Parts: sequence; structure tokens; C-alpha cells
Amino acid sequence: MTITDLPISSLINKLRNKEITAREVIENYAKNIYEKEENIKAFISLDIEKALKRAEELDKMDEKKGLLFGVPVAIKDNMNVKNCETTAGSKILKRYISPYNATVVKKLKEENAIIIGKTNMDEFAMGSSNENSSFFPTHNPVNYDYVPGGSSGGSAAAVKGEEALAALGSDTGGSVREPAAFCGIVGLKPTYGLVSRYGLIAFSSSLDQIGPLTKNVKDSAIMLNAIAGFDPHDETSVNIKKEDYTELLGKEIKGKKIGIIKEVMEFNIQEEIKEELNKTISTLVKLGATIMEISIAHLKYALPAYYIVAPSEASSNLSRFDGVRYGLTLQGENLTSTYELTRTEGFGEEVKRRILIGTFALSAGYYDAYYLKASKVRKMLANEFEKAFETVDTLLLPTTATTAFKLGEKKSPLEMYMSDIFTIPVNLAGLPAISVPHGSDKNGLPIGIQLIGSWFKEKELLQIAYAVEPG
Amino acid sequence: MNEYKPTIGLEIHIQLDTKTKLFCGCSSQFGEKPNTHICPVCLGLPGALPVLNEKAVEYGIKLGLTLNMKINKESTFYRKNYFYPDLPKGYQITQYTIPIASEGFLEIKTEKGKRKISIQRGHIEEDSGKSIHTGDITESTYSYIDFNRSGVPLMEIVTYPDIETAEEAYHFLVLLRKTVRYLGVSSGDMEKGALRCDVNVSLSKSNTMGTKVEIKNLNSFRSIRKALEYEIKRQTEMLKNGEKTIHETRHFDEKTGATKPMRTKEELNDYRYFPEPDLPPLLLNETFIEDIKNSLPELPVQKEERFIRQYSLSDAYAYEIASSIELADYFESIAKATGKPKEVANFLMGSIMKFLNETEKTISEIDFDEKKFIEFLSLLEKGIISKGIAKEVIVESLKTGKSPKKIVEDKGLIQITDENKIEEIVQQVLKENPEAVSRYLAGKTQVLGFLAGQVMKKTKGKANPQIANKLLTEALNKIKQ
Ligand SMILES: [Zn+2]
Repeated sequence: MTITDLPISSLINKLRNKEITAREVIENYAKNIYEKEENIKAFISLDIEKALKRAEELDKMDEKKGLLFGVPVAIKDNMNVKNCETTAGSKILKRYISPYNATVVKKLKEENAIIIGKTNMDEFAMGSSNENSSFFPTHNPVNYDYVPGGSSGGSAAAVKGEEALAALGSDTGGSVREPAAFCGIVGLKPTYGLVSRYGLIAFSSSLDQIGPLTKNVKDSAIMLNAIAGFDPHDETSVNIKKEDYTELLGKEIKGKKIGIIKEVMEFNIQEEIKEELNKTISTLVKLGATIMEISIAHLKYALPAYYIVAPSEASSNLSRFDGVRYGLTLQGENLTSTYELTRTEGFGEEVKRRILIGTFALSAGYYDAYYLKASKVRKMLANEFEKAFETVDTLLLPTTATTAFKLGEKKSPLEMYMSDIFTIPVNLAGLPAISVPHGSDKNGLPIGIQLIGSWFKEKELLQIAYAVEPG
Repeated sequence: MNEYKPTIGLEIHIQLDTKTKLFCGCSSQFGEKPNTHICPVCLGLPGALPVLNEKAVEYGIKLGLTLNMKINKESTFYRKNYFYPDLPKGYQITQYTIPIASEGFLEIKTEKGKRKISIQRGHIEEDSGKSIHTGDITESTYSYIDFNRSGVPLMEIVTYPDIETAEEAYHFLVLLRKTVRYLGVSSGDMEKGALRCDVNVSLSKSNTMGTKVEIKNLNSFRSIRKALEYEIKRQTEMLKNGEKTIHETRHFDEKTGATKPMRTKEELNDYRYFPEPDLPPLLLNETFIEDIKNSLPELPVQKEERFIRQYSLSDAYAYEIASSIELADYFESIAKATGKPKEVANFLMGSIMKFLNETEKTISEIDFDEKKFIEFLSLLEKGIISKGIAKEVIVESLKTGKSPKKIVEDKGLIQITDENKIEEIVQQVLKENPEAVSRYLAGKTQVLGFLAGQVMKKTKGKANPQIANKLLTEALNKIKQ
């Protein structure tokens, strides 16, 4: 067993017992990076020198404090890291150096994690394959011909490729869970408001949530311990009591009620994924849980509602990239042409498409028919989930309907949008959900099983996830 | 009489005088070096989020309550989307469907009497940065932007088109400015941009609404009055000639006093309003509002009326003194301490105001406190100084900060009441002015004033005027006999 095989808790134990040094940890991960990064292309920026320096500082500390002491982490490139390039995967922010730390980054640093680099992503988190990155696509470490998923594809690939022990991603419609499923790792999307969004470059503010990508469920819980909590800089963050998310891991789940969503099973799902889902059900039953069928009647409206809400908010959030204060500037003959040149050149196709959709949906005369209606669908969905959680503890469903696809395989935007069909409803309702790797298909591509919990019930959600996680 | 009735509406932006900006901790101080009060939030850097300033909410409620408005316990923030270099996020956070305050009025007083001007809404929003163009905006090749103002809290007050004359608009604004200053929620200084006003005006014969014309670039209350007067005249003439006015935005030219159509094409903007997802709805509880209500100060009009009642001040003095909270507070504390409100008002509106105007100082900058005022009035009352000298003493004290007593002593300004001394001077004056004396003796008794003036001149105003008059008359009568 090498150092890069170790999960977070074992690694920290070895560091604390001085069996290994933080420098050795970074050197081992650096070795993987040198060997694999050329093929994976998980990172937009890497600073191994800085990571090594930080590791040496940690090694000099007498007290090995911090929940993530010496843990090499990768940060999705839409989170601000002070004095580092922060691009959100977009040409419009190329070479933009951030003057401040996102709250999550600050928290990771406080827990003595070592930031090793910033990961590739679909531009402004718009995409499900990482092919929408302005710079280059990331490859799935399981099979380089396949996409790692998106938009946190770089983060998922970095963890799967053992280029980092854990990573942060952001999940607006499945952007943590889908790549986790495609790469065969654990991806958690916390309840909206549990983790501060301050310093996360907004895609869709009412849907975005930062979550960890890790080797296993326990690491996920440890990462959540580090990043969760109220932040006075984010008015949408919720002030609730601090919890230990590892507390219930391994506790028996006898008597838990697990819901299967009737409407999900009506979709076209890859056979092997259905099989893994059934295996999960058997495991749960064996552990004493009860399986129940429940209905989320408006589930099929989630995708269209999402593609109104998210682009609408995005069209506004992306207005600040105008070439005036930072990022790319292409000077035109006047102000309007400067805007046009800069934004035409700086944004990619998918981003432009969503800005156009969003701008249209918010226009006078269309607002009621689109944005307002989509908001109503959201409310209805949330109500249906609320009702479901009156009878069940957790919902079980696939993370995706298919396993990873090949780079360049999906042509139309609509085809791509369908990748997130099972993850999107969770964001619309603001719920927590986790994708746990469970087996693989005939091509050896990983399969992800998704569990959805009730609002702020991450502890219980992680408990079930831990129970179904293959040993 | 104009057969066309003007309908005027005002949109007033009031900068709320909070220490920090509306959504970040930056200072909202005016007049600092450009781009020194900035942070990721008010610069609209990627990833930054707004956090609402509670003080701004409190100030908004204060103003809303004072304008007799309903405070909405749940209001929402919206994004108003448009591109402009001084708008760093590409949208302004403002209120839209439900503002913090709605439906109120302000009662104004004009020569024609009292009138209630209805107010439609009052909402909180953030200010943009400030563009500084090189030369004319339409020809400028580049501009500077100062983001110090970006994110400064504003309260926008929108009236109904309830105002009928330029005069009324002027009175409304004067009273509103007085009110915000009284509340301490804004400096109300137009020249510093702390109060900005757009007006719209339309004329119509019947009760149907005319075509609305908006006027911009109004930098003082005087400009607003002039622009409205001009616009009412212009539109009246057009309508009388059978022409039609068009819906447009016009620019007021300070120099010519005329309004002109805006040269830049007014683009049809669709602001794509939608609820600001970064801010939850603003929920206010009853006690919060109630506490603010209970802390509201007495307002200008109420104070004015009370001054007339309680201190028997003239209408004009009461209005003047109550126009500023500092002046009113000063007056009241001195009036109470001395027990002589009328004298205090006289000196305040006379010598003190004159001094303030000449030195461009405010009442809070001068040092003529209760103690000095009491001392001063007692010097006057005991006849130690004359009324004429009194003015000199006040000015000297205001200038030097010395106490009135010390000034009187140092300058030997004590009134001469010694009859022997005055008699001596009277005799001198009579000797030096034989012509006047003979005219008096011939029955022209009004020369007495001239002679008395000569006595005062010789004593540098220190002679007690009553005694001087008495001795003069006696001496002249002696000669007559
Ligand atoms: Zn700021």
C-alpha cells in the first residue's frame, strides 16, 4: 500500500504518529501528477512547489492540529484562492488573480489542508462532461477515452487519478455527483445553505452548493466537517448547530425507511445501473431497512424548470464579465463594441447559449410564463419531497441514467442536458444528496448510486451511504 | 390663468448616511481619494456576495414612517440588469414588487395653504460607482470610474403625479430635505449628490393624463423650479398652438435655463428584474418597527408650530429656527436656560445668523454656549452694556471665543450711566453745534435725535441712551428759558 492509497483518517494518523511526513505525502502525490496528468489533464493550475513548502511548514509544527492536517486537496477553479489564478474554466478570466479566499478555502487552510492545484471544469460550471472547458477537456482516469463528467470533472478526475486525496466541487444541477459517478468516487452535494458560497463564482446562485469529492464516504464526512457552517458573508448560509458528520458512520440502519421514486424508474436507465440499484436494495434490506415506493409526481418537470432558472440567474451573474475591470478586454471603438467583442471572444458556445436563454426568459412579457412558472415548479417539487420525507428517511435512485460516455460522443446540447436528469431535482429542492460508487458496467466504467436526504440531514444521509458503500 | 393643468411627479434618491455601504463593510464616506473604499463585494469581483446593512434598513424605515408610509413586514430585493461601466455587477440590487415602504404623504405649506402630496413608494437600493468623463459624455474618448460610491445605500422616494406647480415641487423638496436632516438619515446635500431628483411633468386640459416628459440634470432646487417653470411654459405654448408634446427625456441647461431633448438616444431598456437570489426576503418584526417609531424625533413642522405656541416666536422666526435641527436645538437650550426666548431669537436671527453667513459656519461650529448667553443677557439687562454695544460684544465673542464679560472689561465697553459724565459731554455737544441748538429752539424738535447721536458718537456708543436723552432735553429747555 502506497501513501496515495490512504484515505484521510489513516493518512492523518500516520502523519500524527510521525510515521510519514507531510513532505513525503506531497512528493507521492506529485509523482502521480508527473506520471498521469499529461493524460488526465485534471488541473488548470498546479503549484507543487508551494504545496511542498507548506508541507515543510506543517512538518515543523509540534502539534499536528487540523481536521485535514497534511491532506493534499484540489480546488475546482471556480473557487477563489487568494493570489492564485481563478478562471472558472473560462477564457474571459484567464490570468485573473484573485485578491481573496473563498470561505471554503479559508476553512480548508485553517484545518491545515494543503492546496495542490485548481481543477479543470466546464466553463462557469455549465456542462456535464468537462468538454466545455475553455482550455482543454479532462479525461476519465478509468479510461482516458471517456469523459470524467462535469462540471467538476477535473476535481473528480484528480481524486480518482490519485493526484489529490480530496477535492472540492460545486453542484448546481449534479456537477459534483455526476462526475463522481462517472469516475467511481464519492461526491456529496450538501443542503443549500450548509456550506458558504462566498468566493464561489456564481453560476446559478439559488442552486449552487459546494461539496466534496473523495475516495470514500468517511472522507466525505470529514471534508464536510471542515467546510460546513454559517458564514456571515453569505446571507443564504444557514445558522445551525455544528455537527460531527462522521458520528453515525457504521451505526446500524435497522428500521430505516428507504424510498424508491416511482417516476425515476419510468426513465430509460442503463441495465447494469438498474442491477447495481437492485443490489443496493438487497444490501439495505439485509441490514434491516424497509424499502417503500413513493411518488414525486412533478419529477419530469424538473429538467425544463432547471433550464429556465439556472440560465436566468446565470445571465445576470455573468454580466460582471464585461472587460471593464478585470479579465479579458477587447477594446472596441466604443463602449458597446467593447462589451460585444470581449464577451463574444471570452465566452464559449454553451455559456453564450445559456446567457441567451436566460436573458430571454427574464424579458418583459416572458417573465411570468418562464421564470415565474419555473419557480412554481420548484416549490411544488420541494413540497413533494417534503411530503416524501414524512414517510421515508432517504431516497434511493441512480446518479445517472448511463455510465460515462466517450469524449465528443454527445453532440446536441439537449442530449447533454439529459445527463443530469436524476441530479437536478435535488438542487431545485435544495436537498442534500450523495453519489456512492457501486460496481461498473461491461466496459469497466463506474456506476454511481444516489441517495437523497431531507434538509440538513447530512449525518443520517452519510450513515446510509456508508452502509451501502461496497467494502 | 393657464387652462392646461400641469401634473408633476418626483423621483428622489436620498443617500442614507450610514457608516458603511449597503452590502459590504466599506466606508460610505464622501470625498475620499478615488477607489480607496472598495472591496470584492462593491467591486463586483467574481464570487463576492452581498450582506445587507441593518442600519440602512433602520434609516429607510425611519424615513418611511416620517413620510406617513406603510412599512412592509416582508419586502424583497430584486436585480435590475443593465450594462454600464460604473455598475460593477452588471445589475443593481434594488427593490421592485414590494418596497420596504409604500403609500404615504408629505404635507407642504405654500402661500396657497397646506397640501398633502401623496407618495407612492420608498425603496432601498445600492448606488452605482461614479463615471468621470473627459469632456462631453458623447464625445469623451475615455472615462474614469470611482467605485467609492458603488454600493452606498439609497432610498428612492417616488411621489404620485400630485404636484401642480413648480412652487409646490420646490416646497416639497425643501421640506423633504429638512426632514431627512432632522432624522439624521441623510445630509440631503444636493451638491454632494446625497439628494438627487428626477422630475416628470405633463400638461392636460381635462382630467386625462397628458404626455409625460422627464427632465434630468437637475443639480439644485433652484434648477428644479426653473426647469419646471420653463417646461410648463413650453408645453403650454405647444398645446395652445395645437401641437402635440412627445414622451421624451429632456436635459436641463443651467446656463440658459432651458430644457433640451437629450442628445443621446434613450435606449429602450428591459431591466429583466428578478428576485435577488443572494438575499433572502427582508423580514421585519413588529417590535423592530415599533422601536424605530418610538425613537422618531419631533419633525420640522411640528417644532415650528410648538415654537410659536410655547415661546411666542413670530411665524418667520419659528420657521427659520426650526428649519435646522441644530439651530432649533441651540435655540431651545438657550431659551430654556435664560428664560428669555424672544431675546434669544432676536440675537440668534440677527447678529449670530449674520456672523454664520459671513463666515460660512454652522451653529454647531461656534462657541457661544448657554453660559455665555446668560452672561451676555445679564450685561444687557443690568444696563452694563447698551443694545448697540451688545451686537459688537456678540460678534467679538463669536470671533475670539472670549466671554462677553471679558470683552466688555477689556475694551472698556461698559455703559456710562454717570449723569455728571454725560452732562459734561452734553454741554460739549451743545457748544459745538450752535446751529442745531437754534433750530431746536425754533421748534424743530427732531434735531434732538441728531444731538443725541453726537453724544453717542463722543462716548463711542457707551452712554446710556435714556440718560443722554433726558439730560439733553433738560439742557435745551434750560437754554430756552
Ligand atoms: Zn466594499
